[in-house]
Amino acid sequence: MATARRAAVSTIRPLITPEGVDLRIKLADAGTRAAAFLLDFVIIIVAAIVISIIALFGLAGLNGEGAQPLFIVWIILIFFLRNAYFIVFEAGRRAATPGKRMLSIRVASRSGAGLSVDQVIARNLMREIEIFLPLSIILGRSEMGLADTLSTIFGLVWALLFALFPLFNRDRMRIGDLLAGTWVVEAPKLALVEDLSQRQNARAFRFTQAQLDAYGIAELHKLEEVLRRDDYFALKAVAETIGRKIGMMIEPVDSRAFLTAYYGELRAQLERKLLLGTRKADKYQR
Amino acid sequence: MNALVGKDAVRQSLASFRSEREADWKAFEALLARVEKRAPRTLSEDELLSLPLLYRSALSSLSVARATSLDNALVGYLEALCLRGYFYLYGARRSLRQRIGDFFLHDWPHAIRDLWRETVLSVVLTFVGLGAGYWLVAKDKGWFDAIIPPSLAGGRNPDASAEVLRQVLYDGADSNFLSGFAAYLFTHNVQVAILAFALGFAFAVPSVLLILMNGCLLGAMFQIYVAKGLGLELGGWLSIHGTTEMFAIALAGAAGMRIGTRIAFPGELTRMTAAADAGRVAATTMVGVTIMLLCAGLLEGIGRQVITSDLTRYAIGGGMLTLWLCYFYLFRVVRHGDR
Repeated sequence: MATARRAAVSTIRPLITPEGVDLRIKLADAGTRAAAFLLDFVIIIVAAIVISIIALFGLAGLNGEGAQPLFIVWIILIFFLRNAYFIVFEAGRRAATPGKRMLSIRVASRSGAGLSVDQVIARNLMREIEIFLPLSIILGRSEMGLADTLSTIFGLVWALLFALFPLFNRDRMRIGDLLAGTWVVEAPKLALVEDLSQRQNARAFRFTQAQLDAYGIAELHKLEEVLRRDDYFALKAVAETIGRKIGMMIEPVDSRAFLTAYYGELRAQLERKLLLGTRKADKYQR
Repeated sequence: MNALVGKDAVRQSLASFRSEREADWKAFEALLARVEKRAPRTLSEDELLSLPLLYRSALSSLSVARATSLDNALVGYLEALCLRGYFYLYGARRSLRQRIGDFFLHDWPHAIRDLWRETVLSVVLTFVGLGAGYWLVAKDKGWFDAIIPPSLAGGRNPDASAEVLRQVLYDGADSNFLSGFAAYLFTHNVQVAILAFALGFAFAVPSVLLILMNGCLLGAMFQIYVAKGLGLELGGWLSIHGTTEMFAIALAGAAGMRIGTRIAFPGELTRMTAAADAGRVAATTMVGVTIMLLCAGLLEGIGRQVITSDLTRYAIGGGMLTLWLCYFYLFRVVRHGDR
């Protein structure tokens, strides 16, 4: 529990808006970013293959005449895919490539100001040494039959050194991020969901003051999570635990209704305390 | 009993807090979704004016919710909404035309002027490499094959006859494949330039080596032509595009050196800030380098094959160099206002 909370805190960075509100941005973790990059990589490869196939069909259809413009278009398109794909998407309004969008993360300036185009360019040109150079060294060598163990190991170490760079700094920055003054943050699109305390209950439960004093805010938030997930067995287990703690017998069929009622009462109780200036962080706090 | 009444009152007021503001949040969310997809031009005047108002009301709702509500989902929703709004409203974006205009009128020449020390160093290194290449091949022919890979030399080597060497210079080639060749040269050169830039990260050492090697290549080629009395002609053949291309590669190397030296010696700034500053100047330079290499590719792929007079070749090469130098170092637009 303690380690989980520390991990959550360490990826949150303050972002004070000019209006003076701290938006507490959350940095994207390394796994999400790797997944986003892989998605983009797959998109690029598929696009390159499709373009090449179309070019080949065009070549066959044209019988060699007009191969020239086709070749130019092909070479330019591939060039753009390799170099401009990331830049164009990240310089756009949502500052994210399709891969990043799918995982709802985006690029942001570390200073909190708007992301400028030269920052986007700087962070993406560095991909050349992070990904494409070791890749082309290994590919080129194996093509020439020169892929000895040593050069493969060198390429691998190089690639790993850069690929794992985000794991070695607090802010999860790539080398490109470091040079551009950017970082990658979570930018989820959340929908507004129902307020659980407004739920109407079929059965009324009544709780005493002592029963409501058993838990604090941390437990309330966990309870909210369980109620929103709405999993029968989880509800049953949580209802039993709470029932034991506050001394109530709960029938398994009633667990959802019981938890909803308890959540509503507990929240009202804690919110009232909050208004009066005491923040009961968890059950250990008196 | 008093506590129970208090609880209900709090619950009631928090419920009305949400129900009263919900419409505003929803409206803000819908507006954001629209402007993120399409240009803000598609919004009506009223909608445009309401955007910052809705943003501020969402922010204040967030402050209230954080202080009074324990509904995690609500706070999370408001945080995500405000963050989206913040990124959009403070993104300070200019129109594409404005950005392009700014780049050519101001950013590009300014970045290159900023890099003048590294540029001088880079040019000097190219010449040092050139001298070294020339000297090495003059001393021992064996160096030629070591410096220039046979695939690149295209049959040119120290033992080739003057006739063969001359033919390469003036061969009009089959003009069919010229523009394709230009496109190929362009993409290839840009990859090399990006490499020279990106490798600068390793404290500038690889960039320096790359620039030296580039000069060496040139020097070795020059030596075999000069030895056959064709130095002037090779100069023409190279200069038509070479002035632009070599200058561009020198600039890319300079950008790489800037990054490497700033990371090694950040001065009064923190290493992070120094790196970020250098990265932005270098990135602007790199866009310029790409444009220069596009020009060079066109000159090389088309101009060189079509124009076979030495004088014209020198004139075009010299003219291009003068043009770049004037543009970078003499051309200054005085700007008014804060941008």
